[in-house]
Amino acid sequence: MIRFDNVGLRYGLEPEVLSDVSFHIPAQSFQFLTGPSGAGKTSLLRLLFMSLRPTRGQITLFGKDVLSLDRNEMPMLRRRIGVVFQDFRLLSHMSIFENVALPLRVRGKDAASYRHDVTELLDWVGLGDKLNALPPVLSGGEKQRVAIARALIDQPEILLADEPTGNVDPSMARRLLRLFIELNRSGTAVIIATHDLGLMEQVDARRMILSNGHLDVFG
Amino acid sequence: MSDQDTSPPPPTSPIVPPGNIAGQAMALVVAIMSFLACLTVGGVSLVGQSAATWQSQISREATVQIRPARDFDIETALVEAQAIAAGYDGVRSARIIDREETLGLLEPWLGGGLGLDELPVPRLVVITIDEAAPPDFDGMRVAITEAVPNATLDDHRAWVGRLVAMARTTTLAGLGVLALVMAALVMTVVFATRGALAGNHDVIEVLHFVGARAGFIARQFERRFMIIGLQGAAAGGAAAVAVFVVTGFWASRNLTSAENEQLSAFFGDFSMGVSAYVGVALVIALVGMLTMITTRITVLRVLYEIDEKRADPAM
Repeated sequence: MIRFDNVGLRYGLEPEVLSDVSFHIPAQSFQFLTGPSGAGKTSLLRLLFMSLRPTRGQITLFGKDVLSLDRNEMPMLRRRIGVVFQDFRLLSHMSIFENVALPLRVRGKDAASYRHDVTELLDWVGLGDKLNALPPVLSGGEKQRVAIARALIDQPEILLADEPTGNVDPSMARRLLRLFIELNRSGTAVIIATHDLGLMEQVDARRMILSNGHLDVFG
Repeated sequence: MSDQDTSPPPPTSPIVPPGNIAGQAMALVVAIMSFLACLTVGGVSLVGQSAATWQSQISREATVQIRPARDFDIETALVEAQAIAAGYDGVRSARIIDREETLGLLEPWLGGGLGLDELPVPRLVVITIDEAAPPDFDGMRVAITEAVPNATLDDHRAWVGRLVAMARTTTLAGLGVLALVMAALVMTVVFATRGALAGNHDVIEVLHFVGARAGFIARQFERRFMIIGLQGAAAGGAAAVAVFVVTGFWASRNLTSAENEQLSAFFGDFSMGVSAYVGVALVIALVGMLTMITTRITVLRVLYEIDEKRADPAM
């Protein structure tokens, strides 16, 4: 599904933040991406959703070489990837319902066709009573759950989540993890970038550990 | 928004935030520039229109001037000159300016109570001509001078020539100013639009990462910014039209004073022609189009930069 071959990444003239990173993400797999702060987790995720281009190496997404990809093809590939940003990136002038429905709206779907799904998903993440609230009035944990719901709403083939439990209490973290596992069982590959050892111990999943720009894969 | 709000979701909000400070500032700047552009359009139209009127009014008439002399019957000479002029094709009428009218013409300079017989004042025959088929002025001049040696015929050609030159220069200068104002308008619209868009960078990015196509994103912004641009331009255009109307009304009510007679001699009654109003409409349409095109180009460029962003700028 996704393959990295000897990928290197540097910012400006700094030393490489990622060096010779090679791995394969099979369809329907579940993995944690971990490592110390500044190890390059967010950079690796950005490479995965085409927000950055590598300095060297080759990245293949859904069988397509990212470097030679036509710009017009990118939106279609991005629609197959759900992303939970560390800083959430919710649109503050839109209600929670509208933020979660946004991916469906940009795909040209009719509001009546997704109303039920969006409401159900927001119920599941515990925000069913705040459909009309605007993001600025939400707590960090609530914003995080909205961001997760937005990434999941169109059942992506792969979900990338950057510290998705960073702002929630342990019980909500477990609940969200269960959501990710359930999603994975239904066929979505999941990559969760996290520092949270407690979270990783709850699931027997592959671990991708970044350290000093190098990646080691266990499991 | 209450935490307990469980009512069904409201109608879908626009994807681009409806209003912010940058949008209001953009509308204001566009309104001011559109107002100035519309005033310039009106000014150029007024000058062009007045120049055409001066030219046509002056070339519509010619004058025979008869100087008095000792033992010279000026009244007979006037009648004679009138008859000769009226006999030519292309002359609609030839009218003697009688004694009272002549005194009236002199009154502002020499005061009332004058006796024409005491002063060697020339007398005039005003000839109204058919502009489309003017008479043979050279022939008429020779005939009148032969019959009345003290007479001279002035066909105003020298005046018309000067006025046409002046009107052309004024119109050209006006067009030059208009070109500068329009260039400033274009630049202002472009920069105001880009400034207002900068505040929406995060919206563009989010739409991009949830898989929106570039055309979809550009359309959302185009629509919103075109409306802001049109609102600004319409406000500026309406203010300019109000200025035209108020000036015309004021001028028509105050034409009696000497200063205003002078002004109206130059600019007619200050009424704007159709061209001024068409110009205002064109300025508004131009602003709408410019905001739309600028928005599209800017959004597409932002998207291009996101897609082409590389960690290593040297690559």
